[in-house]
Amino acid sequence: MKVEKPAFFPRSDGSRIPYEVYSSSEIYRLEQEQIFRGPTWSFVALEAEIPRPGDFKSTFVGDTPVVVTRNEDQTLSAWVNRCAHRGAMVCRAARGNTKSHICAYHQWSYDRRGNLRGVPFRNGVKGVSGMPADFDLEEHGLQKLRTGAYRGLVFSTFSNSVSSLFDYLGPEMRRGVDRIFHKPIVYLGCSRQYSRSNWKLYSENVRDPYHASLLHPFFSTFNLVRATTRAEWTYDEHGLHTCGLGFHTEDTSAAAAYRGIGVTSFKENLRLEDLSILANSNEFDRPADFQIEAIFPQLVIQQIQNSLVARQILPKGPNNFELVYHFFGYADDTPEMRMRRVKHANLVGPAGLVSMEDTLATELVQFGAVGSGDALSVADMGRDSPEVEEASSMISESHVRRFWRAYQELMGL
Amino acid sequence: MDEATSSEMILWYELHRLQERYVGTIDSDHLEEWPNLFTEDGIYEIVPKENADLDLPIGIVHCFGRQMMRDRIVALRKANVFEPHTYRHMISGMEFTKVSTDTLDMQSNYVVVQTLSNGESRIFQAGRYIDRVVRTVNGWRYQRKLAVYDTSRVQTLLVTPI
Repeated sequence: MKVEKPAFFPRSDGSRIPYEVYSSSEIYRLEQEQIFRGPTWSFVALEAEIPRPGDFKSTFVGDTPVVVTRNEDQTLSAWVNRCAHRGAMVCRAARGNTKSHICAYHQWSYDRRGNLRGVPFRNGVKGVSGMPADFDLEEHGLQKLRTGAYRGLVFSTFSNSVSSLFDYLGPEMRRGVDRIFHKPIVYLGCSRQYSRSNWKLYSENVRDPYHASLLHPFFSTFNLVRATTRAEWTYDEHGLHTCGLGFHTEDTSAAAAYRGIGVTSFKENLRLEDLSILANSNEFDRPADFQIEAIFPQLVIQQIQNSLVARQILPKGPNNFELVYHFFGYADDTPEMRMRRVKHANLVGPAGLVSMEDTLATELVQFGAVGSGDALSVADMGRDSPEVEEASSMISESHVRRFWRAYQELMGL
Repeated sequence: MDEATSSEMILWYELHRLQERYVGTIDSDHLEEWPNLFTEDGIYEIVPKENADLDLPIGIVHCFGRQMMRDRIVALRKANVFEPHTYRHMISGMEFTKVSTDTLDMQSNYVVVQTLSNGESRIFQAGRYIDRVVRTVNGWRYQRKLAVYDTSRVQTLLVTPI
């Protein structure tokens, strides 16, 4: 029997994307199974968010509620936030510190690792009722996720078959992580942005350097990113992840590429009174204006000037996603550097001067794709360029195509 | 009425006038006037409550001085791309305490209703203003205005000051 696929990709090179995948409930359901509960690692926390034994944080893997905890021996655990009894959410706080997690409904209690420790009236009352003799606490713990950390980034997975986190990241991506997480960090807070669009539109966006200097006037106008920017793009052997570095490049043509070709986002007359917001003080062995590293399926590690962020993409049904920006600095920041990081928080996030337009763009696609039938999105930029050129270019969609190839494979589409 | 009560009433009136002028400037889209309600080195920040509660410094807007406020407005007018919208601020529960003769701490609740060009209105942000105001030759001005917001998920983007 031929099973009809929920979406049809006419090409295997990732250059044609059926709009259907951005709004289909069937696709969304499959993604939760094959991707988020499949052979991938999802970012759940920075270790610096939960430094002390008993610290915990509520989050999600895909759309499954998950709690990540720090154990008494400093190890990390993560479990599905669903009571083993009747399925109620056990932990109702966003963050905190506790020895045990107790379900409000019938007071079943669990330790930090998610093991069931107590069931009220287990032996009944005055010899009446009680749990059956074959009821074993050990069999009724919370559902646990494999959890690991690399350089202070904590990931969890439902999969027993996916390789270790270390190998999942691979040497190329670890190099990017090592560059940013080269010394201990501190968590400085988060911000959240909610977009009325599909999570994959944002995943494409962070793999799409072509848009950067065209959508975002700050990038091109202040030469943070231009078509002339020298970049270096790397990816892992499975084609899941992408890491880009953008090196400061003087534009001797004075933005000639943007003048006279009708690029309305290049703002000739945009002037700032306080330029300290764009100042960059190098903190890395390889100086760069930006690093944008997308770890499949839902993490983006970012350095823009001195702004350091781990962005977590949380799908919320086919038509919405939440973006959580985890800001951090280094433990040895001077007060001046800490102040600069606060100042640079103006650049990214929900009110980010250089990047606030991203969720606008993803929503424009979501709204534009309504009623599109079999129509296809096109990602052709650089499709017949040599790979070596693509690896240093800002004007490329090859990383978008790589994302879709990995996606098609995981989804069986 | 004793003198203390009447001077308190005058103060209450003056601070309300400042607050009404502040939200009026934003809601009527006279954003170029907005920085003038601060002192030259005034601070304006929008910070999620979840960070403020944990004493974490990061917010979504941090302006140190009027220059940075003017830059925000220049960016909004000339650079940033967003859907046209209006704000309507609702303010309640103003309280203030005296720090010195010409300095006061002031707090109030706010709700901002945002209306998009398609006619859809929604509560964009609920939160609390935590202000320090000083008396200047031009009247009361904000030395610091902190908008601590409860609505932790910012819908789409924030470009207009709260």
